[in-house]
Amino acid sequence: MKKKTSRQEKQSGWMMSRRGFLTGMGSGALCVAASGHLFADDRVHAAAPVLAPGALSKITLYVNGREYDVLVEPRWTLLFVLREKIGLTGTKKGCGRGECGACTVLVDGVPRYACLTLAVEAEGTAVTTVEGLLRGEELGAVQSAFLEEDAFQCGYCTPGQIMSVEGLLRKNPAPSIDDIRTAVSGNLCRCGAYSHIFKAAARAAKAREI
Amino acid sequence: MARKQQSIYYTEGLPVPETPPPGKEPQPWGKTDVIGKPWSRVDAYERVSGTAVYPSDVLLPGMLYAAILRCPHPHARVRRVDISPAEKMSGVRAVIGPDTPEADLSWSFRDKETKIFGTVCRFEGETVAAVAAETPLQAWDAAGAIVVDYAVLPHVADERHALDGDAPRIHEGGNTVKTDTYSRGDLKKGFAEADVVLEQRYRTEAELHTPLEPHGCVANWDGDQLTVWESTQGVYAVQSQVAETLGLPLSKVRVIGHYMGGGFGSKLRTSRYSIIAALLAKKTARPVKAFLTREATYLAMGNRPPSNMTLKAGIKKDGSLTALEFTCLGTGGAYPAGGTSLVDWQIRDLYLCPNVRTECTDVYINAGPARPFRAPGHPQCSWALEQMLDALAEAIGMDPVALRLKNVPAVSQAREGNPPYTTTGLKQCLEEGARRFGWEEARHNLGPAGRRGHIRRGVGMAASVWFVGGGRPPATVILKLFSDGSANLNMGASDIGTGTKTVMAMVVAEELGLKTEMIRIEHADTDTTQYATPSGGSKTVPTEAPAVRDAAVQVKQKLMEMAAEETGLPVDDLVYLGDAIASRNQPDRRIRVTDIAGLKKRGVVVGVGHRGPNPDKKTVNPFCAQFCEVEVDTKTGELRILRFLSANESGRVMNRLTFDSQVVGGITMGIGLATTEMRILDGAQTGKLVNRNWHDYKLPTALDVPANITSVPIEMPDNEANSTGAKGLGEPVTIPTAAAVANAVYHAVGIRITASPINPLQLSSLLERRKKES
Repeated sequence: MKKKTSRQEKQSGWMMSRRGFLTGMGSGALCVAASGHLFADDRVHAAAPVLAPGALSKITLYVNGREYDVLVEPRWTLLFVLREKIGLTGTKKGCGRGECGACTVLVDGVPRYACLTLAVEAEGTAVTTVEGLLRGEELGAVQSAFLEEDAFQCGYCTPGQIMSVEGLLRKNPAPSIDDIRTAVSGNLCRCGAYSHIFKAAARAAKAREI
Repeated sequence: MARKQQSIYYTEGLPVPETPPPGKEPQPWGKTDVIGKPWSRVDAYERVSGTAVYPSDVLLPGMLYAAILRCPHPHARVRRVDISPAEKMSGVRAVIGPDTPEADLSWSFRDKETKIFGTVCRFEGETVAAVAAETPLQAWDAAGAIVVDYAVLPHVADERHALDGDAPRIHEGGNTVKTDTYSRGDLKKGFAEADVVLEQRYRTEAELHTPLEPHGCVANWDGDQLTVWESTQGVYAVQSQVAETLGLPLSKVRVIGHYMGGGFGSKLRTSRYSIIAALLAKKTARPVKAFLTREATYLAMGNRPPSNMTLKAGIKKDGSLTALEFTCLGTGGAYPAGGTSLVDWQIRDLYLCPNVRTECTDVYINAGPARPFRAPGHPQCSWALEQMLDALAEAIGMDPVALRLKNVPAVSQAREGNPPYTTTGLKQCLEEGARRFGWEEARHNLGPAGRRGHIRRGVGMAASVWFVGGGRPPATVILKLFSDGSANLNMGASDIGTGTKTVMAMVVAEELGLKTEMIRIEHADTDTTQYATPSGGSKTVPTEAPAVRDAAVQVKQKLMEMAAEETGLPVDDLVYLGDAIASRNQPDRRIRVTDIAGLKKRGVVVGVGHRGPNPDKKTVNPFCAQFCEVEVDTKTGELRILRFLSANESGRVMNRLTFDSQVVGGITMGIGLATTEMRILDGAQTGKLVNRNWHDYKLPTALDVPANITSVPIEMPDNEANSTGAKGLGEPVTIPTAAAVANAVYHAVGIRITASPINPLQLSSLLERRKKES
């Protein structure tokens, strides 16, 4: 009897959290991406513990060179954990579904939407947020270039734009204007600062050469 | 050992702008040291480092998260809402709905009343119930468990069918909001005098604001005092509406909005979510964060309404306009919301024309209410008028720029008594813009002359006037000068990303000789900063900057009085230098500002600045002319915008850097209207919004805009307008953009596209049709 209840709980636990996850995120693309990571590998699936809804597991995130032990629900995004649990609110939420790029962070040096990344997926990676580009209180090269070119207006998409440019320059230190456009094409700016963003990216590339 | 203090002045021993005697207006600035230069933003560090705390970033101890359940139907009666399943769910701390007594509050859209949770939902996305829970996902799980019994009602989601006999009535009085008419002169006579008369129908699609930071707030109670951190364009506007709805005195409602992630008009007032957040916070005795989902912002946070326009125009061969007749059918959605507001203004005011008639009909449909959207009505009107002028120019064989120059008015024809403009740079915008763009050469070499192969190029232009943009009272600011000479400026206005804070710091710097980084700005907080109207209408700089200048002048006057007393020199012999006050007649007799005993003793000297009245019997408006070059691939219908130039007369340029940013931003937004943006409602079947996210509703991206955007300020300090000579800029820059693109497309391929947006789908089918016809 006891065993049966527990089995049911476990099953409903999966169902609930998966359904809640889908309802909460409301994105088909996210579902495919996440299930690809979480469930595609049968061995991982077999070994993964089954959690009740609301149950938290401890993970360790490595953000801006520091370790953070955090308790998370498996359905929480990296974005939610960075902003609401760790308190790094420089990374912004514009849509929560991979459309605007305001939440762009670097995962192992590569730009990635933190809203489409589960916190549990980010374990074992090095995450860099806009705050991580500061040297103490001093702005990094890309941040300074954005300041000098006035490459923003309201500033809300700006951390994401900066991280996309940072990711570009780490891979390609001397980008062309087309490389820059493509690199920030996943970052919407409703204030329309794009042409100044292109200038800022080019200025940052120059500044990094020195 | 104390470090040597860095200098706080950019100028020492040199005069700053002259200080008028008390009660006298300051003279217009002559040569300026700070104003007009390109100046990085005073809050740039916060915005690029990630340390700026936007309302959506606010984290408070014990904070809960709200989820708001919204009606999925465009028109429905709510029979019953069962919140009990949600109340039992994990992490849930409060659930409220239409039956919750404290949520039984009225909410109005102009003269139409509804409730916070309405019993009749007139648009998809109306609020039905809400949950506060420990995490956002728990809140959404619980919102999904609320059971609502809807009686789905018939809908009308296309304004072109709102007045059909069988259209469902959205309000008791029927679906007409109102019809506004305007006329001057004799239309019949005007058309009779014309050598050419053209008539054309135009349509612009509804646009959605979609600022990057969703609409929302954090609400927290301390006993009977409410604090709201709101993403808003005006903290005082939110304060008054929240206080009124909840029946609280203004002093019990504090609204803070230090940063905000874009609004474009959609965050001028508050929304039901702020009330819902306050109710949930009260019920749980915990802070509540209520930020909308992106989808909810598409449904319920405003739009630029669609406009169905017909324009008939008469012109003489010499280019004089003889008559303009304009009709428009528009909609502000399900409630009165200015569906045709200002949509005829350019027709009435931009060009000389003695005989004009306009008629604008605003109707209800089952869609989200409109909100002001960057130059309400104007880009739509420009789409019609400027394409018509292009067609008229062709019909009489005149250059489009020359035609506009022929019809530049000196007075505002649409206003009672035809008041003159304080300054009008329309002529200069057209002439200088055309020269800098290389208009004549491009017009000659591209377009029909260069039609070879499948890539076609063309150039187009359009001009505009903005209805307001001169600012107005009231505005009050307080400038505090500290004993070391550095300053704190206290103002209630929001900086919505336009650089308001920076411009105000520059005004103080100019007047006092201070470095801008020595001026701290405290703003947008109803408890601690002074009253300001919301930042909108391109009026924040011309409204606030004169008040800031007034405050700075008063600080100087007070310090000069103290200096006179302490030195025994007469006040009218004194001159204010950056760091000191000196005698005009005995220049070696001077006292450093920071050595003034009065300042040392008091700790601060305070100036309270006010915005004076606007000039009598004159109107203050900014003007603009834009030019662009496009390339059309006639095989695919793809449009590339190669370059843009905007010539703007907005009075004095205050900060060249943020001035250019406004220009670039306005053009980018106008490119959205021209090429990508359209709200699609499934009028035929469900009435629901089809494209409710940024994948399906396209904003211009980095791949869609030209890198080559040139800003050409036509600087004409408007000394009659106000003491800083500045006029608004943010809206004028987006008015003519879409029409300029349409005119360039016509020049490139010879097809007049009268319905927005010019996307490959439309352009390729029009190209195909023409191919078949020929």
